[in-house]
Amino acid sequence: MKKFLIPLVLFVVLVVFLAVGLRRDPHEIPSPLINRAAPDFSLQTLSGNTPFSPQDYKGRVWMLNVWATWCVSCREEHPVLVAFAKQIGVPIVGLSYKEIQPQDDPEKKLTPDAQLSLARSRGSVWLERHGNPYTLSVMDLDGRVGIDYGVYGVPETYIIDKNGVIRYKQIGPVTPQILTETLLPIIRGLENS
Amino acid sequence: MNLTQYLKQQLRFISLGWTRVLGVGALLMLLWVNPLLAKEAEPMASDAQVEVRLVHIADELRCLVCQNESLASSRADLAEDLRAQVREQIVKGKTDQEIKDYLVERYGDFVLYRPAVKPMTWLLWFGPFVCLLIGLVILLMAIDKRNKRIQSQQLATINATAPDLNLTPDSHLGSQAQESVHHEHKE
Repeated sequence: MKKFLIPLVLFVVLVVFLAVGLRRDPHEIPSPLINRAAPDFSLQTLSGNTPFSPQDYKGRVWMLNVWATWCVSCREEHPVLVAFAKQIGVPIVGLSYKEIQPQDDPEKKLTPDAQLSLARSRGSVWLERHGNPYTLSVMDLDGRVGIDYGVYGVPETYIIDKNGVIRYKQIGPVTPQILTETLLPIIRGLENS
Repeated sequence: MNLTQYLKQQLRFISLGWTRVLGVGALLMLLWVNPLLAKEAEPMASDAQVEVRLVHIADELRCLVCQNESLASSRADLAEDLRAQVREQIVKGKTDQEIKDYLVERYGDFVLYRPAVKPMTWLLWFGPFVCLLIGLVILLMAIDKRNKRIQSQQLATINATAPDLNLTPDSHLGSQAQESVHHEHKE
């Protein structure tokens, strides 16, 4: 009996390691930005009024949702955000990430201004068709702000607290389940603190 | 010195002279052409240096989209953007470490194919050696046990075939066998 004990223990340890390791999604990389100040930026908005900066929302809890019209998973996520926008109850800022893709402008003929206006018209058409859950959207054409926030796939969603600190990062589409079980409790908690 | 010898010598001087003239001429031409070339070549040279450093740095970084590829070899859009960032920072004169820190700040230790040695990564760095050590200890213990078993078996066979000898562990076998049998008695 004793002879089998050690291999059995080793086997159980191995099974536990594999069970935990294999269930994890390797695409979900923990962000080093959690509990750190949200990187500052100042970007043009989709509606074209004044540029937006995270400083504008100091003292409020808000959400930053990375999206693009070319992003397939965003189509899955978008109706959820539209349906829950009221329930979320905090400003949702859309980060229109690299709307103009290299294949849209293969000869790199578009000027920055032309890129911006093309991205704006595409973005607004898309939001009109699919609904607009965003308080406002900012245009990150070159993806620079995306890099500062550690974006490596679209969609991604950040929750930022009253002090401008990133508290949570959701990688991949928000589902109703994720929203009600994870995001909403975090938002409510931050609002009350 | 006769005439033919004299002529031969003169001829050699002349040809040597011409070689020199040609050589100097060619050199002058090079010197004249060189500055013209340099204007074109210089940025190319520094670009190549930047590219070499870029590959050197990006080879050590993981592409976050296709995780088993390095930033140097990936064709993902994000990898291209990040390479552009690295290139920009090289041109700005940042050190390799500063550039890596910049990416770790945004994407975490996961971007490094060679994560820093710190308490968080001790298991990663030293785990395999610890496992090797444990394996070695188990192996040595197993070999020791096996040796002892064989020796006591041999003793038993000898005693069975030649009971007259009546060997005890103390009598004729090596010291190892004596020890092993003693141990077994104690157990």
